[in-house]
Amino acid sequence: MSVPIRRRRFAAIALASVVVLGTTAACGDDSDSSGSDGGPVTLVVDVFGDQGFGYEELYKQYEAEHPNVKIQERGKGLGLGDYNTRLTQQITAGSGAGDVVALEEGTIVQFYAQADKFVNLADHGANDLKGNFLPWKWEQGTTPDGKVLGLGTDVGSMALCYRSDLFKAAGLPTDREQVGALWPTWDEFIAAGQKFAAADKNHKFVDSATNFYNVVLMQVAGQGTGYTYYDKSNKMVIDQNPDVKTAYDLTTKMIAAGLSNNLQSFSNEWNAGFKNGTFATIACPAWMTGVIKGQAGDAAAGKWDIAKAPGAGGNWGGSFLGVPKSSKHQKEAAELAKFLTSAKGQIGAYKAVGNLPSNPQALTDPAVADSTNDYFSKAPVGKIFAAGATDLKPVYLGPKNNAVRTAVENSLRAVEQGKSADEQWQAALKNGAAAGK
Amino acid sequence: MSLDLHAAAPPEPGPPRAARHTRSRAASLTRLDLKYSPYLYVLPFFVIFAVFGVYPIAYTVWIALTDRSPLNSTISFVGMDNFVELITEDPQFWNAVVNTFGMFLLSTVPQLLLALMLANALNRKLRAQTFFRMAIAMPIITSTAVVALIFSMIYAKDFGLVNWLLDSVGLDPIDWRANRFASWFAISTMVDWRWVGYNALIYLAAMQSISKDMYEAAALDGASRRRQFWSITVPQLRPTIIFTLIISTIGGLQLFTEPLLFTSGSGGLSGGSEGQFQTITMYLLDVMNQRFRWGYAGAVALVLFVLIALMSAINYLLARRISSDK
Repeated sequence: MSVPIRRRRFAAIALASVVVLGTTAACGDDSDSSGSDGGPVTLVVDVFGDQGFGYEELYKQYEAEHPNVKIQERGKGLGLGDYNTRLTQQITAGSGAGDVVALEEGTIVQFYAQADKFVNLADHGANDLKGNFLPWKWEQGTTPDGKVLGLGTDVGSMALCYRSDLFKAAGLPTDREQVGALWPTWDEFIAAGQKFAAADKNHKFVDSATNFYNVVLMQVAGQGTGYTYYDKSNKMVIDQNPDVKTAYDLTTKMIAAGLSNNLQSFSNEWNAGFKNGTFATIACPAWMTGVIKGQAGDAAAGKWDIAKAPGAGGNWGGSFLGVPKSSKHQKEAAELAKFLTSAKGQIGAYKAVGNLPSNPQALTDPAVADSTNDYFSKAPVGKIFAAGATDLKPVYLGPKNNAVRTAVENSLRAVEQGKSADEQWQAALKNGAAAGK
Repeated sequence: MSLDLHAAAPPEPGPPRAARHTRSRAASLTRLDLKYSPYLYVLPFFVIFAVFGVYPIAYTVWIALTDRSPLNSTISFVGMDNFVELITEDPQFWNAVVNTFGMFLLSTVPQLLLALMLANALNRKLRAQTFFRMAIAMPIITSTAVVALIFSMIYAKDFGLVNWLLDSVGLDPIDWRANRFASWFAISTMVDWRWVGYNALIYLAAMQSISKDMYEAAALDGASRRRQFWSITVPQLRPTIIFTLIISTIGGLQLFTEPLLFTSGSGGLSGGSEGQFQTITMYLLDVMNQRFRWGYAGAVALVLFVLIALMSAINYLLARRISSDK
């Protein structure tokens, strides 16, 4: 009789293990559910980018003011593409996202469709803060039916960063006023580049076609139609919008003039290009100053300077902070998002990584408006960038903006590799339309 | 077996009614135990297989029949539309198929041949035999990401090692990412560097189980080493070759990390400016994570599944002919 008993026990263990296996899957995610009623709360903030959002000091300050709150940041060093992929999955799955998440200008539109997975920040008093944001920034953070999806952090007001030492060696002016006067338009910018190329065979004038293109497109579209690949009803118009073609043609003209360093943006080669100083200018949304400083390092301090960008002002990039519904501490998370996007929070981030505030009060605050950047030869960055930010015309980006943009960028890279600009334009239209389907 | 007899034994005469009742219950439990507990023992595997194998595939089939996307608030059933679009009007997909098969051939054929030769060499008496056998296995334990990063630098356009070598012998440098064949070649070398040793090790293990008598007999009959290799070793390795072929087919058609990391920076999933080295799995992720067409991505995944099954079958049939059925 002993055999069957042992067997039966074994069977029971086997069965139990199956049951355990089956149930562990069901109880994955219920860590620290305590605390929404006054106890200690840990808030997770998700950001992206090599430099992060520059919130470290602000977290310390907030934790000191709110002893029950602990803040943990994730995502510093993660590229926008990877970050957004992960966030989309987390939001769709309804778990795993942080309590406060960064939404980028180019991707927030995609989340309008999932607005029901986010806390409507208007329920936490966000509407009272409307005056704290540039009107177009506020509009971008709000869904078409009026839910407040995210509060604006920074804007990507544009300028042009250049290496004054290389300019000097090539016989171009180095003073930032005179440099700005060199290029009232992009065509004149290319002409200046040709002059540079004639004098200096060892360096290229522009880092990459794609960076150039994105900046030009956002500027041209801001002045023109007000949208890029999608019109405001989310219809794909890549083949009809003249602004896209204008920006494409300007870029291929720049490539044909032999000005591009052909570096894939955000690649190792691109980073090395900063370190080795292989190019003389880069189109500079405000956040790019942080990238340059991070990549070029101390060795290049004082070599870089900032001038007015060609054409009229424009915007590329900038983010928002939202609170997913999956957060267990929605109230506390909303408060933290409000703090980080307040004038004080934005000034803090500006000081840390140079992200230009989207808050009009912060923009006129002496800490921003009168600020200079030592790294960029003490350039009055506050004045240069803030001037562009206030009278900006917003550009509407469609839901699959990034996918379509990648298709056009690939065509431009192919042109850099020596393919025909006309054929690649046809490829961009075809692949862009497929990507946006 | 003894339990069976026990259960089948006739009941002893005259036990109290209650006792007899317990007795027969115990017996029927025993019978149940015998009949069903083996199933219970194998159950954990099948439960795990169902959760991680059957369910995802079934769910993929379901998703592939819908237009599911995080951007759609409603999901509608679209039937075969995704498959029709994929097969009839998606040049990017077919481009990815061509790339995948191209790189598969370019990497697998030399990989298995090299592995076979390496294993044959290591099967002889050598000094420091263990060292060499260990050494060929080293690449397997390095992470694919690291391999890809290092090879990306070797094949860099401006400061790469290969272009430097080409330059020093007076050849023009190659833009490895711009040219389709060059990119395939570069990626194939990454794959081969990593997997030749693995296959060699498998062949080596199989070679050691081939009886020495055969070689001795062949040598007595005057067969050269070369002849011995093709007439004894290769036919004897047939099952092993089939195994490595199928494993390489599955791996090769799912090629992902190497071509993805071959692009540094933004736009890695595009696999080059014109999709020169975008594989099917990269396209799958492009569709899923950049375009958010989850239903369509499901269709891509299923077509990939069918392609792998087909290729494995073809390889199996080809490999069966190696020994020409003597």
